[in-house]
Amino acid sequence: MNVELMTDKFGGGIASVTTVHDEITVTARRDIVIPLLRFLKEDEEFACDFLTDLCGVDYLPESPRFRIVYHLYSLKHQHRLRVKVALEESDPVVDSCTSLWAGADWHERECFDLFGIIFKGHPNLQRLLLPPDFVGHPLRKDFPLEGFKEP
Amino acid sequence: MNERTMKINLGPHHPSTHGVLRVVLELDGETVVDAHPDIGFLHRGIEKLAEHRSYHQFIVLSDRLDYLAAMSNNLAYVTTIEKLMEIDIPRRARYIRVALAELQRIASHLFWLGTHAHDLGAMTPLFYMLREREAVMDIFESLTGSRLTPSFMRIGGLAADIDGDFIGAVKSFTDTFADRVGEYETLLTANPIWKSRTKGVGVLDAEACINLGVTGPMLRSAGIDWDIRKSHPYSSYEEFHFEIPTGKTGDVYDRYLVRIGEMRQSAKIIRQVVEGLPAGPWLARDARTVFPEKKELNTNIAALIRHFGLVMEGFQVPPGEVYHSIESPRGELGFYVVSDGGAKPLRVKVRPPSFVNLQGLVRMIRGKLLSDAVAVIGAIDIVLAEVDR
Repeated sequence: MNVELMTDKFGGGIASVTTVHDEITVTARRDIVIPLLRFLKEDEEFACDFLTDLCGVDYLPESPRFRIVYHLYSLKHQHRLRVKVALEESDPVVDSCTSLWAGADWHERECFDLFGIIFKGHPNLQRLLLPPDFVGHPLRKDFPLEGFKEP
Repeated sequence: MNERTMKINLGPHHPSTHGVLRVVLELDGETVVDAHPDIGFLHRGIEKLAEHRSYHQFIVLSDRLDYLAAMSNNLAYVTTIEKLMEIDIPRRARYIRVALAELQRIASHLFWLGTHAHDLGAMTPLFYMLREREAVMDIFESLTGSRLTPSFMRIGGLAADIDGDFIGAVKSFTDTFADRVGEYETLLTANPIWKSRTKGVGVLDAEACINLGVTGPMLRSAGIDWDIRKSHPYSSYEEFHFEIPTGKTGDVYDRYLVRIGEMRQSAKIIRQVVEGLPAGPWLARDARTVFPEKKELNTNIAALIRHFGLVMEGFQVPPGEVYHSIESPRGELGFYVVSDGGAKPLRVKVRPPSFVNLQGLVRMIRGKLLSDAVAVIGAIDIVLAEVDR
């Protein structure tokens, strides 16, 4: 995989590319994430046709607090790629990638449900696992493990 | 919603939804106009719990994700942590893990086929399949003490070595199993009722599968021979000979044929494991994660302290993140684990195959008959505990 093709194209939009445990992680700026994912999906060199997984991570008390992590896979080249985007607590919004992969639908709804991340452009951004009237986002670090009472 | 259509609930308590899945169906007569799956009834917050448990303690929770394939969950989780900590696993332990994972695949597929056929009106196959599944459960019970939730794998190897009965029991199971699969096929493969209920029903072609992220037998039934055991071998799968059964059309019937083929291949792998099982240790000698031997505790104070530390605090994992996946009976089962250097994970994300595969449901049943919806739900082979976590 020639990652320079990607860094050349997106330049300053990509903060870092690291390889640890034989896994490549690309950290990207929020505003280029959809063009970047589209490029990784459609470019012959990467051909990441699978969105394997999408999830959030809460790094409280760090700032920026949240990361959205995309795991991509290419059937053609049989390689994996991880794309990470950092989001501030005050503005936990990122563009939805449902237009690229239909399978992103439930992943994004789950992430909204459990972390409170807003996926802009998602056709039906509602809670998925928890009841619609639930208050709070349980996978946030400041949500207690025990003792939570629904108002 | 218009005057002609009617909304009904399929589930959450309905035998054909295989757990607590609710699907709101909009029907025009018997035709499904639209469907809205509703999940989450079995959400237990396992990913939240993982952040408050030591790395060892999560093994028990991983059993509860997909209770029909607990060994596969154990394997996926421990191999992820081993990758993160770069622990080398003894060859004997890797072989036994493969045997257990493949026995689990057979048990899971048998249970799937029995209940799926039962949904479609074939009562008899269920009894035959539970008979063979019982043999696998007996093997698990005598080895691990538990049938459904064995928690048998450890970070670094296994909880115990296999005992004297194991090899004999596994051999006698695999000796007869190929014939038994032949028996199932005489009941179903050419059965006109079975074919009319499954052929051309619930088609999901390769392109749709990839777009949705669908993996496992569903993807292979659409003609793509992608299996993680072949493309990214783990736990020494590269040392065994087996084929990947694939289908053509991606309908319910092809999924049945793929899973039948997989059961035969699994039996072949298990046979190779027990015939070539190497001698040696079944647990890595890695002082970070592995408990000292019992006899050491009586004589060695350092071992006793280490034992105490592992129980009370767990062990620390170097900071980092890792994604690792295996081929579970239902598809790609992955774990994404983030460590901040402490004794508890910062984040554990499960990538459950059932969750992703279930998203294809609406696409498969829209415009089809209500009775097809039952066939399609069965053919996805969902376990709701894994979907909801």
